[in-house]
Amino acid sequence: MAVQTTTKEQFVSFASDAAEDVSEKQHRVEIDESVTSPVVLYFATGIAWLLFGSLAGLAAAIKFNLPDWLGGTSFLTFGRVRPVHLNTVMYGWASLAGAGMVVWLTGRLCRVAIQKTWALYISAVLWNIGVLFGVVSLLFGYNQGMEWLEFPRPAGGLIALGFLFFVYSIISTFRKRQVEHLYVSLWYILASMLWFPILYTVANLGIYDGVTEAAMNWWFAHNALAVWFTPVGLAGAYYFIPKVIGRPIYSYYLGLLGFWAFALFYNWNGIHHLVGGPLPTWLVTVSIVASVMMFVPVMAVAVNHHLTMLGHFRMLKYSPTLRFVVFGSMSYTAVSLQGSVESLRSFSEVAHFTHYTIGHAHLGVYGFLSMILFGAVYYIMPRIAKWEWPHPKLIKLHFWMSATGIALYVIAMCIGGWIQGMMMNDPSLSFIASVNATKPYLWARSVGGTMMLVGHLVFAYQFVLIIYRSGPARYVPAWFELRPAAESTGESKTV
Amino acid sequence: MMFFRSFIFFLGVLATLLIGWAGLVGIPNMMISEVQPPKGLERYTYEQAFGRSIYIREGCLYCHSQQVRPVGFGADQERFWGRPSVPADYVYDKPHLLGTMRTGPDLFNIGARQTSEEWHLLHLYNPRIVSPGSVMPPFPWLFEEKITAGPEDKVVALPDSIAPKGKVVVATQEGRALIAYLIGMNHTYPVSQSPAINDTTKKK
Repeated sequence: MAVQTTTKEQFVSFASDAAEDVSEKQHRVEIDESVTSPVVLYFATGIAWLLFGSLAGLAAAIKFNLPDWLGGTSFLTFGRVRPVHLNTVMYGWASLAGAGMVVWLTGRLCRVAIQKTWALYISAVLWNIGVLFGVVSLLFGYNQGMEWLEFPRPAGGLIALGFLFFVYSIISTFRKRQVEHLYVSLWYILASMLWFPILYTVANLGIYDGVTEAAMNWWFAHNALAVWFTPVGLAGAYYFIPKVIGRPIYSYYLGLLGFWAFALFYNWNGIHHLVGGPLPTWLVTVSIVASVMMFVPVMAVAVNHHLTMLGHFRMLKYSPTLRFVVFGSMSYTAVSLQGSVESLRSFSEVAHFTHYTIGHAHLGVYGFLSMILFGAVYYIMPRIAKWEWPHPKLIKLHFWMSATGIALYVIAMCIGGWIQGMMMNDPSLSFIASVNATKPYLWARSVGGTMMLVGHLVFAYQFVLIIYRSGPARYVPAWFELRPAAESTGESKTV
Repeated sequence: MMFFRSFIFFLGVLATLLIGWAGLVGIPNMMISEVQPPKGLERYTYEQAFGRSIYIREGCLYCHSQQVRPVGFGADQERFWGRPSVPADYVYDKPHLLGTMRTGPDLFNIGARQTSEEWHLLHLYNPRIVSPGSVMPPFPWLFEEKITAGPEDKVVALPDSIAPKGKVVVATQEGRALIAYLIGMNHTYPVSQSPAINDTTKKK
């Protein structure tokens, strides 16, 4: 048993909101009901983009194995399918599913029904039209030419507008909050409500030229992670881990330290994407220093999450949500430490221009963020659909397909990428040798990607089932296996 | 009190982001906007600029960088990819195409390294004709088949085994423009800037 260091009473009270207080429970049901339709809309469209984005990603991966496959059609060439993959999984899947989770969490954490739900419908519609318009444009070759900013302006504008409607609803809800103290998850959510619109506006000012544009490009791209995707993932992990195991987060003060160190250092990281490039050395150095300083918030978050789990790992046997979310929070620790090391010049000299970076990126966005989002969907849907997941075995299949798929992907790309970098830096070898050396690893990547796609299909299938409330009716949560009553802690109705 | 606390919270959150922007983008933008184009750097011709848009359209930047690293940092110098690039080399580039990946080699001086138009035609039509083992996609839509080539046409010198029967393959306007851009990519002129601006050289 770990020693509890949580010092603020409200953090204890957070966990005890599982207390069997009938009116309290009724209030929670009302809050959940206020968001049912918008959250289902965000999740459903997010999952649709996940399927499309996974197909695009797999097609791009297979093109490395069979470069002439689908090579005769301009729409399906690697250079168009790849940005389609990135933009659909980031701005489609992760953003929309993340928005759904954020809406639901905000209601629960502010203990009030979500306000201005009409704005959420507008947001989801604008957002989806934006992504669809952007994807079609990319397939036709209209690419802005900068990574993470590929979508043409009108598509990006629609998404940004959708985000503003979303922010409006979240902030309106926050202003009506019925709680005095704000839980950690809410800090991350509120900060990103302010950060992301500013980031997007500043990046699109159009006042940058030449290499400064490159600095802006990577400041933006890395910050899209810093101010939106990572806060969403961390908000989820901070909520679901204590919630499912039924005990408070390990330390309030570590949470505070983690948050402000995160805010301070993360948005200085971006220029490490240009190590060795034609920019002032001090600029790259500043980013490397900030990247290494990320050790501070990352360790604070890691200690907080992992020590909360300590002594409760047995729960992973039963709870699907916990299994996905804990996998995600462990990936967060791993990917962040990897990222700090990766930014160092001596490491970058080998890894920078290689598949190693691609492996790292997938560990972050998939191993961390997507796994937490899967866990969130498995937790939230039974509560708003008022129907349990019909097939726990399929959840298990989804988990193992995703977990082994991403593990294979990341390990293959990191090893293959490192070999590629070593060979590229050895002038006695021809360049093509560095290409040939990666080929077995690129096959392994395609296998991993296929497994992930299978997991997503299973996930989407069961999502459709729960929306239509089909399959066997359950009166107990869809645990992986039946949990002995003696071990029961925390909220009893927990997936 | 509650209002005050959330106000301070939002102020802090706002400050962290804007200070980051000022440090990483705003200040460098002021410093670098003074940079003058080097004497040897020419503006893109109309055809090259069009070719550059094809380069972006087909996503070449996802596998090819356009930046040369200095001595002691990677093997760019030993592979004769050109002198280290400096901010002044990019004054006419919008959007920038520095790239972050080298599935294929750096292209900053491809025009100096591979001057043969014939090679580029074959390579874009199907990279594996001239570069066995390459994983680069083919770009057949930058070419068309004709019964006989016109006087202006750039004919792809395909080996008999894969050439279409009774026809010749010629580059479209887009294909010709892309090749003009690639062959024009030559940054071997001298630059006066002190290389200290990107001095990442390891002391050996």
